[in-house]
Amino acid sequence: MFSMSSSSVFLFLLVLALISFVNGRSYAIASAGGNGKRLHSRPNYYGYFTALWCTLPALAVAGIWSALEGGIVTSLALSSLPENLQNTDAATLSLIANDIKNLATGNIVAQAPEPWLIKAAEDYKHFGQISFYAMLAVVLTIFAGGFAWTRKQISPTLRARNSVERIVLAILMLCSGVAVLTTVGIVLSLIFETSRFFTKVPIADFLFGMEWSPQIALRKDQVGSTGLFGAIPLFSGTLLISFIAMCVAAPIGLMAAIFMAEYAPSKIRGTVKPVLEILAGIPTVVYGFFAALTVAPFFRDAGESLGLLVSSESALVAGGVMGIMLIPFVSSLSDDVITAVPQSLREGSYGLGATQSETIRQVILPAALPGIVGSLLLATSRAIGETMIVVMAAGLSANMTLNPLEAVTTVTVQIVTLLVGDQEFDSAKTLAAFALGLMLFIVTLVLNIVALMVVNRYREQYD
Amino acid sequence: MTDSILPNQPDTAGQNHKSALVAASLKKRYAAERRFRLYGVAAVMTALFFVVLLFATIIYNGYPTFTQTMVKLEITLNEQDIDPQGTRDPEVLSAANYRKLIRKALLDLFPDVKSRGDKRKLSKMVSTGAPFALREAVMDDPTLIGRRGQFTFPMSDDIDQFFKGTISSSSAEADRRVSDKQVNWLMRMVDQGMVEKQFNSKFFTNGDSREPELAGILGAAVGSFLTLLVTLALSFPIGIASAVYLEEFAPKNRLTQVIEVNINNLAAVPSIVFGLLGLAIFLNFFGLPRSAPIVGGLVLALMTLPTIIIAGRAALKAVPPSIREAAFGMGASRIQTVTHHVLPLAMPGMLTGAILGMAQALGETAPLLMIGMVAFIVDIPGSITDPSTVLPVQIYLWADSPERAFVERTSGAIIVLLGFLIMMNAAAVILRKKFENKW
Repeated sequence: MFSMSSSSVFLFLLVLALISFVNGRSYAIASAGGNGKRLHSRPNYYGYFTALWCTLPALAVAGIWSALEGGIVTSLALSSLPENLQNTDAATLSLIANDIKNLATGNIVAQAPEPWLIKAAEDYKHFGQISFYAMLAVVLTIFAGGFAWTRKQISPTLRARNSVERIVLAILMLCSGVAVLTTVGIVLSLIFETSRFFTKVPIADFLFGMEWSPQIALRKDQVGSTGLFGAIPLFSGTLLISFIAMCVAAPIGLMAAIFMAEYAPSKIRGTVKPVLEILAGIPTVVYGFFAALTVAPFFRDAGESLGLLVSSESALVAGGVMGIMLIPFVSSLSDDVITAVPQSLREGSYGLGATQSETIRQVILPAALPGIVGSLLLATSRAIGETMIVVMAAGLSANMTLNPLEAVTTVTVQIVTLLVGDQEFDSAKTLAAFALGLMLFIVTLVLNIVALMVVNRYREQYD
Repeated sequence: MTDSILPNQPDTAGQNHKSALVAASLKKRYAAERRFRLYGVAAVMTALFFVVLLFATIIYNGYPTFTQTMVKLEITLNEQDIDPQGTRDPEVLSAANYRKLIRKALLDLFPDVKSRGDKRKLSKMVSTGAPFALREAVMDDPTLIGRRGQFTFPMSDDIDQFFKGTISSSSAEADRRVSDKQVNWLMRMVDQGMVEKQFNSKFFTNGDSREPELAGILGAAVGSFLTLLVTLALSFPIGIASAVYLEEFAPKNRLTQVIEVNINNLAAVPSIVFGLLGLAIFLNFFGLPRSAPIVGGLVLALMTLPTIIIAGRAALKAVPPSIREAAFGMGASRIQTVTHHVLPLAMPGMLTGAILGMAQALGETAPLLMIGMVAFIVDIPGSITDPSTVLPVQIYLWADSPERAFVERTSGAIIVLLGFLIMMNAAAVILRKKFENKW
């Protein structure tokens, strides 16, 4: 729980850091007899030295404390509940815990609070206060300890700059580890929840099942109470929509890139390129709205006048609009690749009498092919992972079809449908979303790695 | 082809023959050239057409949302209706039946309305928020009680849409949500000069609502602001620090290579996966509150981190080595060189990257759906732990609403969102132009 009180502790520490900086600096100057030039490092470094050693350990403890505080305080408050309530299942307990928190923070609670709930809320507040003051005491002690230690260290011969620089370097290193930590976090959380899912649903049923209907029955004895988790229809739907998107984005993006790299005078290039990039900057939720509001009715009416039945959530609409979104993605990546082809190749071709288009088709494109393939792969990975357009414009029912006029659903749509709204964290339904997420992560990761490898190898060829 | 013919033919004839062949093939080749060029122009034109179409649709649908049809009603605030005891106690004032007063004012206008159904239809023409507006006015100024005054209320969403012409009067009565009688009443009110379109200030000052005419974007905008604040506070320092480490200090070894590959791949992970991470780790493991900007900010920070790192590294790369060498030559340490010389020079580029990362975070929806920022929230969030929603999610929620007027609101919210994005991107461009160094 990240409460206001703990954020005030952080502010307090910030003020302390400032004070200790000023103090450490002046103490160092005093220790050199008032002559800053006799110090090993410049006086500011002694200030940084004091401030870092005083506040960093305290900050770390405060951070860990406030991360763990919530859970401990809640379980303490729950432990004072009546016996019969304590023995209920985890889901009910977490609901009670929510009620306690709401009551304690003065929010509205669903029903009139019962006496035990009021007592628990008071306990919660009480333990929260104890925890806050305990944290404050611990943090201040650590700060004081750090302060005393730095006092002892500071002398004109102390290599304060080197010490500070080591700390700064360590902080920089830690920060660059955050990205790695994020990946580890993604992989671990996905694998953990997915493995829980596979204890409920066999892995083969998920990967090779042809039926997807994740409804969980209200009663245990109801027909079809287990739900069906065959993901093949989702994969096929995702591939269909991505394929349609690439059918739009690849030719338009590629031709636009060729035109801009080879034909367009720099003036046109300078204006058209930013305008195209606008398409890349528009939030996907806007594309989704555009698809549902404008494109879907247009296709439905057009289909009607041709005597075709076009679903209002057809794969064609979702894929087409996604294709528009991907145009600038394909065009800017391909543009880079095409401009990277050495000028000597072009000149050689012109020297043999080839026209510009012949040069492009027979010399430049073959030379740039790996890069173009790479950019198309990256765009495909985007298409597979794209969420909002399909959530708003594609369907929910898992149809196994290759007909672009029918509604299909995708992996991302199902993740959103499974996880938005009320969740109980143990049902196969919610865990299935993580299994789908893992599939998505693996597929896009492989596509990206392959694409980056292809592009890099291509770049090296001409460097 | 032409070469093989040459030796067997006399020179002049050969030249004629060759030029005829060449001329014929040239014509074809030039035609192909023109065609190919045309394909390129067509592709660019198609892409530009989509840009125009998208903006035209959104603006066309969205601009009416900035006005709202209002009705001016003469209302008699009888003392016995509001505060029979004359106590002026706020509780009494707030409990009074203001709906009845508005209903009465409407019925006085149209004495010919007799049947119950018609009366209901008539009172439905004014927004359900009108009684609350009246209550607020009375509670702000209790001296109004006992007097007759003119009050302006928003009309209901259907009447608003009809008045703006979105619901056409030429369609059959059964097909539209405004009945012929209501149209007739509306026209009579218009003739009396009671109805007018005003600037829709509620759209910018209200939170979400189930009633389109009362729904505003302030709650979502504040939610977006708080979320971005958390995102910026986390991703900017961490991103800059990692960029500096990787570009200036990291030894070229396996570990840094892994980090580099990892950052590049993280940039391409679908955003929804970050939402799953947030749900599993921040909500379920750390027990942070659902729907809160702090969690949204954390998730978006992790998502924008690669963007900021990559931009930051590019900015650091652009600082020429001579700057570093000069600093080293003056006896600066590596950290001093970086913090005193390289970083200030790279800062505009890094800021540009950060702004672009923030713009990306502002438009992001999918990961926030995962961490419960889709709840229907009326209140305007006051802190980073309050439940809230953000602009793109608000757009998603409104886009799902069945009322016709929400199409307009959705487009209006999109215009506001795009406005913010354009401002951010313009700031990035200006920053880049202004501080661009040519070494």
